[in-house]
Amino acid sequence: MTAVTVAAQHEVEPAPPRGGDIVVRHRLSTRIWHWLNALTVIIMLMSGLMIFNAHPRLYWGEYGANADHAWLEIRGDPSRGYLRVGALIVPTTGVLGHWRDRDGSLRLRAFPYWATIPSGYDLAGARAWHFLFAWLLVVPGLLYWAWSLANRHVQRDLAPRRAELSPRHIWHDIKSHARLRFPTGEAALRYNILQKASYLAVLFVLLPLIVLTGLAMSPAMDAAWPWLVDLFGGRQSARSIHFIVAMLLLAFILVHLVMVVLAGPVNEIRSMITGRYRLPKERAQ
Amino acid sequence: MTQKISRRRLIASLGAGAGGLLLPGCDRIGRSDTFRALDEAAQGLTMRAQRLVTDRTALAREYAPGDMSPTFRTNGNVLPRSPAYLAHLRTGFADWRLVVDGLVARPLALSLERLRRLPARTQITRHDCVEGWSAIGQWTGVPLKLLLDGAGLRPEARYIVFHCADDFRGRPYYESIDLIDAFHPQTILAWGMNGAPLPTGHGAPLRLRVERQLGYKHAKFVMRVEAVASFDHIHRGRGGYWEDAARYQWYAGI
Repeated sequence: MTAVTVAAQHEVEPAPPRGGDIVVRHRLSTRIWHWLNALTVIIMLMSGLMIFNAHPRLYWGEYGANADHAWLEIRGDPSRGYLRVGALIVPTTGVLGHWRDRDGSLRLRAFPYWATIPSGYDLAGARAWHFLFAWLLVVPGLLYWAWSLANRHVQRDLAPRRAELSPRHIWHDIKSHARLRFPTGEAALRYNILQKASYLAVLFVLLPLIVLTGLAMSPAMDAAWPWLVDLFGGRQSARSIHFIVAMLLLAFILVHLVMVVLAGPVNEIRSMITGRYRLPKERAQ
Repeated sequence: MTQKISRRRLIASLGAGAGGLLLPGCDRIGRSDTFRALDEAAQGLTMRAQRLVTDRTALAREYAPGDMSPTFRTNGNVLPRSPAYLAHLRTGFADWRLVVDGLVARPLALSLERLRRLPARTQITRHDCVEGWSAIGQWTGVPLKLLLDGAGLRPEARYIVFHCADDFRGRPYYESIDLIDAFHPQTILAWGMNGAPLPTGHGAPLRLRVERQLGYKHAKFVMRVEAVASFDHIHRGRGGYWEDAARYQWYAGI
């Protein structure tokens, strides 16, 4: 009798979910942090572009101003706008360095009104937005880090398994992504290696880098923690890295949004709001 | 297929709508009293957090002569328009006096010669403009602490205000710092730059150096140093020309 009961108990273990089933996908901590960050990161990016507009040139090293060599600059004159990276000049008339404001008037600032917060030139206003939302990026970010390590979300869902790191597996994933063949059924519950790599890069490389390079630009922080600015090779290098990482985060957001749309936006967005996710049906069905 | 297109259309229109709402929305929010209160709170938090991790006397880095910018650009006003200033410029500031007054026991009026004979500090530091550029230069001047100790601050004094000779459209430049920065060893009134007398474009005869804050705090053309309990009654009450004119943050450590 006892043996049967034990066997029966084994049998009532839930069957693995299949395509079409609704499963709980995202933890509350992940969902709250996701939407807070969606707002925060967009405001940080747009106010950051306005701050960049105050001096649209980037340098390497400790110092850099108008007489020094800039490795990147956005310039405009009444006839055109362009982006220069090293010796490469990219015409950007209409978008960067030469664009028309809402009222049709020509502006020669780097980033246009629709990409910046505030939309009209306002360095102090942009700094107000940037440093207010910086707190909302850093404090919840640290809490999320701690929480996701404690509840093993990072170790269980994001850390790559040994087999996933084989070049063959990675190549296979790249090919499936390029063909827009996304996992279905139970496999869709797990992040694939490309997702893991990008989420880990954002969480543990890009976000810490952007916060630390941001702090390295602060003259007070440099007095307190001189190693910080040395870590990045000087204040102007820190500013350049800050900008590059911001562009990488923007690229991540754009790819992320495209993937959400391709994978089924209603199901994906619902799963990030309610946590519930409908597993995509297996292709054979 | 039709479903997909409508979904995409939905998202595109949502995106355009969000963008259209977000921008004017942010501009409106940015001007609201609530946002300004939040901004002030965040500035206070930033200042306290930075002060928490920074020793009061933690020094800004000082560089070697070889690290200096080949060109140290000027910015802001490069020549005050006031006839009194221009007259002093013509006579090499021979009859000019720096006034130290306000909440002090012994107001001072010091000539440039006298200031140059006082103990001086020379420092090669990095100047970080709020706009984003940096330049490294050498500054020589009298530590502000010596002047404040000489004048004897009264116990009510909380801030030091620097009144300048230059103006923007008739509104004089001024700045203010608290006593932590005022008594910091690198806070000097510089009369020399890069081994020569301070050039006019960089603020002759005297320029404040407050090395742990951004460039707009480093008032040029300093005429008067005033100790106050509060700067609420000075000009528009926000503690500096740019703070008044364009709502620059009073604490410029970041």
